[in-house]
Amino acid sequence: MNNPGVLNFFTQASNHLGVYLVLGALLFAIGFFGFCRHRTLVGMLVSGELILSGASLNFVAFGRFLAADPVTGQAFALFIMGIAAAEAAIVLSIMLAVYRNYRTIQTRDLKEMEG
Amino acid sequence: MTIDLSPEKVYPLVSALLFAGVAGVTLLGALVAAASRRLVYSVSGLALSFVGLAGLYLYLQSPFLALMQILIYIGAVCIVIMFAIMLADVVEEKSARSRALPAAIAAFLVAAMLAFALIALIGRTAWMPKAVRVNAGAVQDIGRALLTRFGFAFELISVVLLLAILGALVVARTGRGNNRE
Repeated sequence: MNNPGVLNFFTQASNHLGVYLVLGALLFAIGFFGFCRHRTLVGMLVSGELILSGASLNFVAFGRFLAADPVTGQAFALFIMGIAAAEAAIVLSIMLAVYRNYRTIQTRDLKEMEG
Repeated sequence: MTIDLSPEKVYPLVSALLFAGVAGVTLLGALVAAASRRLVYSVSGLALSFVGLAGLYLYLQSPFLALMQILIYIGAVCIVIMFAIMLADVVEEKSARSRALPAAIAAFLVAAMLAFALIALIGRTAWMPKAVRVNAGAVQDIGRALLTRFGFAFELISVVLLLAILGALVVARTGRGNNRE
């Protein structure tokens, strides 16, 4: 009796809102973990992109399942993509400037303003 | 006992297997990106995770978003990050490994608690779907909405992108000027 229920959920998993929300939450948590753990600016940028993608997966899932207008979620995800591209460009140029001045991008060594 | 191989039985199973694979690729790539010590692996994991995410967008009936995900994120963002790694001659993260382990454990615990709380919250919320849908969410609808309802935000995004490009150029050039003096 249990087995058909599990199989049924498995075949219907892509039609459940909760599955996508859990995936988005896991992406967010993994990105948060990486953000705390990485010791370089590039690693933190990569983890930040993971957090953003978790958020945008949530938006698209809500737009697909709950919103009256399914365009809203997709448009919001597109805007997130634009913002993320701008953010990556700025962060990378800052990183290159920092590297030119300090010869390192390890966050541990960037402590000129440390009290 | 024969196995039923009619399309009505097989297609949902294949689709579900594909969905599980896509979700697994997303999480696996994210884990590699977050946990890898070498930055090149980290960015490769990010690209893998974005491929999986594009598959998830396909399952969410937004093929345009899946295409943009591959085009912008993998084709532009990941490649640019890779260029920056090569330009900055990044030393790998091996400094202060003795103090890194407790911090990593603490980060893992906090992230696990965060995930647990979010998933519990998702589980106990009753989501209410709307009864009506005003359109199908196709590419034509997205284009129409972007140029009418979201027109102002669309133009603002283009200004933000232009300023980001100019700002990136200015920031990168200023450092070079200081270095030459």
